[in-house]
Amino acid sequence: MDYIQHTQEDVKQMLERIGVSGIEELFESVPEAIRFKGNLSLPQAHSEIELRKRMEQLARKNHAVGAENFCFLGGGCYDHYIPAVVDAVTSRGEFYTAYTPYQAEASQGTLQSIFEYQTAICELTGMEVSNASHYDGGTAFAEALIMAYNLNPKRRKILVSRAIHPEYRAIARTYTAPLPVDLIEVDFRDGTTDIEKLRSLAKKDQTLAIAFQTPNFFGCIEDCFEISKVARACDAFLIAVCDPISLAVLAPPGSYDADIAVGEGQPLGCEMSFGGPHFGFFTVKMKYVRKMPGRLIGETSDTQGRRAFVMTLMTREQHIRREKATSNICTNQALMAMRGLIYLVTLGKRGIREVAELCLQKAHYACDEISRVKGFAPRFNAPFFREFALKCLVPAAQVIEKLSKMGIFVGPDLGRWYPELSDTLLVAVTEKRTKEDIDLLVRALGKV
Amino acid sequence: MRPAELKYTKTHEWARVEGDVVWAGITDYAVEHLSDLVYVELPSVGAVVKQAEAFGEIESVKAVIDLNSPVSGEVIEMNSTLPDNLETLSQDCYGAGWMIKIKMSNPKELTNLMNLEEYNKFCETEQH
Repeated sequence: MDYIQHTQEDVKQMLERIGVSGIEELFESVPEAIRFKGNLSLPQAHSEIELRKRMEQLARKNHAVGAENFCFLGGGCYDHYIPAVVDAVTSRGEFYTAYTPYQAEASQGTLQSIFEYQTAICELTGMEVSNASHYDGGTAFAEALIMAYNLNPKRRKILVSRAIHPEYRAIARTYTAPLPVDLIEVDFRDGTTDIEKLRSLAKKDQTLAIAFQTPNFFGCIEDCFEISKVARACDAFLIAVCDPISLAVLAPPGSYDADIAVGEGQPLGCEMSFGGPHFGFFTVKMKYVRKMPGRLIGETSDTQGRRAFVMTLMTREQHIRREKATSNICTNQALMAMRGLIYLVTLGKRGIREVAELCLQKAHYACDEISRVKGFAPRFNAPFFREFALKCLVPAAQVIEKLSKMGIFVGPDLGRWYPELSDTLLVAVTEKRTKEDIDLLVRALGKV
Repeated sequence: MRPAELKYTKTHEWARVEGDVVWAGITDYAVEHLSDLVYVELPSVGAVVKQAEAFGEIESVKAVIDLNSPVSGEVIEMNSTLPDNLETLSQDCYGAGWMIKIKMSNPKELTNLMNLEEYNKFCETEQH
């Protein structure tokens, strides 16, 4: 598709073709009384030089994570390294500006890349089928709950761990509001979902699904196999929210019998970008594929027997199934998912394991060192992966403020969502942070 | 040839009455208009169905249509081999292509269904 403006000549030709004397004539059916007259209230147009200057002024107001500062931010969006090849491939016009591949014969490149993305996600999660991606982890989570309801509308109660990302839970509440489902919160104890509480709430014939996140919002690793047992015991669906980098070292959802496994794909090659655009991944057991939301790319052969890719099982989607569809979202984050794919295939199975191990080791080194600073201690005793909750003697918000003035970013302040944890903040350590960076953080905390 | 002994619905299902049990399926009209069938979802034995309400779904490459029950009652049998053999519907939709068997809860409902002559006329008016 060309992105070139029409010339006066183009317009003249088009008007002649349809037998219209001028553009005004096309609006004749709009009553004179309600037609807008005059000029639109817009500022004067900038020249390219003026515009660039203005944008640079605005950009300077941002404190982006980079060489001059130290990012230890957690909470679902992480400063992982993005190999140069990710930008190099995705910035190609064919991928960057491609539209939805509705016409299979004209979109084999796009379709193949999405098929490869789906394959990679299945390998990472150990699940049987993946869709073409969602907006983000929160959306994927909400869609998982809705899908569970569609699979078994006779049950209404979903047990949701309070240790799941608070924003994912807020999105889920919004999406499920019109449905007759009850989201019942299961509290955490010492950083992980309270399994005893979960067991007492899980009732056969009542519990539709059990949802948890691992590592959870606090960075703590949940007891997935135990939670899976509770779900199996009451015939409820098991919905797991997982972190893609952690899957290189932690048991994947396929191994603990998750029915639906979702998560945030940002750590795989996507810039933090103040929250987006990112992508959510969504996987299920094959037997549920017909109720899975989102796009699905399948492999087939054309009339000449050549391997080809198509959008498949499209009758799941709302443009065909209408009000009976599981979801009203019929799009995906193709470009972001592709960044995820390129990241995964560039690192490979060994590389991603190295990244995960570095995160694990560095986060634990940081936690050990910080624990020796007066006034700071780990909030929870549970094992953690890449981030941990740090208890402070002063309000967490103050610590965050003081450190950010030194160019060191920690947080978020858990008090924003958990009133009982206003003295606690998250610290995440990715493979990008050096020992020197961590030692700097430790010294800075000593000065708070 | 549409069987004369069957009863028909406005949503193109047929019913074969045998005492207080009804066999149900879809008519040749439905099969022809759906074309390219890919999937059918049938209820399990024991499911309760209501006249004119959906008991399952049939899917073609372009559309998903409800299968509506000709009578109310309980599903006592389901044609479990049909979903893997959808071509049976184009070959023998009134026989081997049966979908469910229902134990009627209210035989009076049969008067709401059309006979062959009424159904043939109905199909004619449906064609544009």
